[in-house]
Amino acid sequence: MIFGLILHLALLLIFAPLLTGIISKTKALFGGRVGAPLLQPYFDLVRLWRKGFVFSRTTTWVFLAGPVVGLVVPLLAALLIPFGALPAPLSFQGDLILFVYLFGLSRFFTASAALDTGSSFEGMGAVREVTFSCLAEPTVLFALLVLARLSDGLSLNSLLGPHLLGAWHSEAGASLGLILVCLFVVLLVENSRIPFDDPTTHLELTMVHEVMVLDHSGPALGMILYGAALKMMVLAALLVRLALPWQTDWWLTDAGLFLAGLVGVAILIGVVESTMARLRLPRVPQVLIGTSLLSIFALVLVLR
Amino acid sequence: MMHLTNPLLLAVILINFFTLGSARLGACIRGVALQGALLALLPLLIHGFSGHAILLALGAFCLKGVLIPWMLLRAIREVRIRREVEPLIGFVPTLIFGALTTSGAFLFADFLPLVHEHREGLFVPTALATMFAGFLLLITRRKAITQVLGYLMLENGIFIIGVLLSEALPLMVEAGVLLDLLVGVFVMGIVMHQINREFTSLSTQRLSALKE
Repeated sequence: MIFGLILHLALLLIFAPLLTGIISKTKALFGGRVGAPLLQPYFDLVRLWRKGFVFSRTTTWVFLAGPVVGLVVPLLAALLIPFGALPAPLSFQGDLILFVYLFGLSRFFTASAALDTGSSFEGMGAVREVTFSCLAEPTVLFALLVLARLSDGLSLNSLLGPHLLGAWHSEAGASLGLILVCLFVVLLVENSRIPFDDPTTHLELTMVHEVMVLDHSGPALGMILYGAALKMMVLAALLVRLALPWQTDWWLTDAGLFLAGLVGVAILIGVVESTMARLRLPRVPQVLIGTSLLSIFALVLVLR
Repeated sequence: MMHLTNPLLLAVILINFFTLGSARLGACIRGVALQGALLALLPLLIHGFSGHAILLALGAFCLKGVLIPWMLLRAIREVRIRREVEPLIGFVPTLIFGALTTSGAFLFADFLPLVHEHREGLFVPTALATMFAGFLLLITRRKAITQVLGYLMLENGIFIIGVLLSEALPLMVEAGVLLDLLVGVFVMGIVMHQINREFTSLSTQRLSALKE
């Protein structure tokens, strides 16, 4: 139990920034550049942590609460979700609802911190971010409902249990394929990746997530970046378990398989980012409604 | 071979959604062409490589996967329209309608008095869903080309049901249906040409302003 907890957190805390590094390396290779070293996100975090806090006099405690909650929430959510075949350290009936809405909590605080600065750009970013994620939420819930229907429990541990391998080969394989695609789109939305948001844009008007954290600096910005990396790893864990449901009985191979899956997801995100252009803003809700409908359709398929 | 049909029919349903939600005419035409080509594989997957099935698959592939899309792509190049502007119902509502009719097709297919071997699998619900999607496309779009696409999709739905019956159906009937389709698209192409020449636009809305 204690070993599982430590292993879970160690995997999460050590490997999360590496995914960001892999994504930017993939994009650099596609662009014909050498790119930053894979460990650059770690160096960035260390650099940011050495700086001092700078707070505007117009902000209140809410401004600091945003990054802190953004860092703590992925840690809590990580305890609820199995990493590959490694079971989640914390599990109870219905924890999938908590898992989904923990991220809602962190979004609430990030948006509040953005509004706290009183900047109109940040307010605009907050509006967009909240709109996108409220459209992405039904997709996640319906996808989890499909999984719940296929398993015999309501905790993420039983939802993502060893029965998935059999389910892929049965009639339900089609539904699993559909929700895999839907969850990948949600992963891109939630982590503000390219078809929905450009993490490297330099124009405030086109930013969605970036503009919300524009006023944070130093350790606070470090917390945001680290929190974002953790969030990406936790959400990708859901995808990896779904796509690679194999189980070995040794923790080291299980962890290795999981990490290999994560690297695969990161490379896939990098490929999507380098081959696709950003969607026009009015197209984003259409795509998200489309994925919601797909996941509803997947649910209809398993219900019949 | 049966285990390949379910992913194939699923892909057909996904193309329905894609066509309902996409504004680019070129992408819509390629989507429907892909749908026709995928459906052409269906007789081979169900009935194996008999002469009847091969002829049916070949005819359907050439007509629906190659010839008609090619004609439509040429048509949009000539009249220079790239996207469907302002459909009668917006894209998101059409998508939602499409999802409702698809779910409805799945529910409805369970109540139909079918032969036992047709009850399992996705054939009948997919056929119904594709037909409904074709109807929706016909009803909600203004451009004549998208309406042709809706008509093609409707025929694709009928084709799925036809494949189930192709043991009993003589080849002549199938060939007749495919020929009808081709003639229909030809006629629509001529109509499109006329509309375009009269009004310099392909919107069927303008037809209601015709006077004697």
